[in-house]
Amino acid sequence: MDFLRPNTFAEALALKAEQPDAVPIAGGTDVMVELNFDHRRPPALLDLTRIAELREWSAVDGKLRVGSGVPYARIIEQLGGQLPGLAMASRTVGSPQIRNRGTVGGNLGAASPAGDTHPVLLAGDAVIEAASARGTRMIPAAEFYLGVKRNALEPDELIAAVHLNAAPGPEQFAKVGTRNAMVIAVCSFAIALHPAEKRVGAAVGSAAPTPRHATAAEEFLAGELDWDAPKPLLDSVKRRFGELVAEAASPIDDVRGSAAYRKHALAVLARRTLGWAWQDHLGKETRECA
Amino acid sequence: MIEVVPSEGGVVPAAVEVGLVVNGEARRLVVEPRVTLLDALRERLGLTGAKKGCDHGECGACTVLVDDRRIYSCTTLAVMQEGRRVTTVEGLGTPESPHPVQAAFVEHDGMQCGMCTPGQVVSAVALIAEGHAGSEDEIREWMSGNLCRCAAYPGIVAAVRAAAGGAS
Repeated sequence: MDFLRPNTFAEALALKAEQPDAVPIAGGTDVMVELNFDHRRPPALLDLTRIAELREWSAVDGKLRVGSGVPYARIIEQLGGQLPGLAMASRTVGSPQIRNRGTVGGNLGAASPAGDTHPVLLAGDAVIEAASARGTRMIPAAEFYLGVKRNALEPDELIAAVHLNAAPGPEQFAKVGTRNAMVIAVCSFAIALHPAEKRVGAAVGSAAPTPRHATAAEEFLAGELDWDAPKPLLDSVKRRFGELVAEAASPIDDVRGSAAYRKHALAVLARRTLGWAWQDHLGKETRECA
Repeated sequence: MIEVVPSEGGVVPAAVEVGLVVNGEARRLVVEPRVTLLDALRERLGLTGAKKGCDHGECGACTVLVDDRRIYSCTTLAVMQEGRRVTTVEGLGTPESPHPVQAAFVEHDGMQCGMCTPGQVVSAVALIAEGHAGSEDEIREWMSGNLCRCAAYPGIVAAVRAAAGGAS
């Protein structure tokens, strides 16, 4: 096994172009499990941890660029105000030890349907910056996930960063697992309200071959919410929203849970998170009027 | 400079030299790139405090500090830690002069079989430094990456609380 240690992103891209089957490794929380158990014998590993530029984030005019190597712990500490949904999902990843090492770039690279940050990236209209020696391209999250552990990256591409707007409205994330720490999600859900555009982002995780938008639920809710004169939500709206979210999923029965349970739980998570997010929105409106 | 460590004949992995500062002491070792930090510590440096419980980042028995942050040493490669400071339980204290967290674990029975204890102690040292020892609930949440199959959790939480109180 070759071990490639670039010091800059440009060097990393040159190496990836030369050796497209080199497996990128950063936090190691996913790749190492496969190595330790001999599930995978990559011809080469490409160590991204020496590249300082991948560990940086920046904000310009409310637009955030989060380097693919920023660990979850720093997203929680530094970006909770601007990216509340991403910070919430990051808080649920693994354990303190995992969050000190694991990265959003790793979540995207692995493209596991159960990755915790995917629903948030979808609901918040994230765009993935993919780079290669040939150049850089921007891939919307909705076009990034292609299948179980398959993403839209070309063999010579690496994930440079994730681009997100600072949350324009309330965001929520919730997941179900057997305990709060150190579990892979049975199912997960994220919602993002975009009040200025009168639009809703909603996405499910760990309940289909890929994380995916709950499009019918998004459209239904955007039409039902009274954005200009916000008032408490009708239970019937919450219930219908939950049903539509559950319908967006196509889960399987596996060791973590049954398909039927996942659909049921998604409806519950959707209702709950909608309630929290709308309450947040109502609170803001009240404060602005007072 | 790009460093490429080629494999020989595509089969035998080449060895690579790694420099680490382990418990305050500069160490150099030659390992295959696939060797985890945990195996390097245990098999090459004879530091068997960090334990191999699950070997895939679930149990926390292999917790060490790298540049003062707690991580699982089983899910990182030794070669990836070049030049970094690694602290294992052996670097915290000795039987004659234990670290305050180690003393608190003894005082409050924060263990039964002891297998997970080095990881628990290292994790607790980091937790206190992070400022996450404000309440029992907070300690439980921030110790959630360390499992104890004997379920000595009440003693562990009491030990961390006591050590944090004594330190502040």
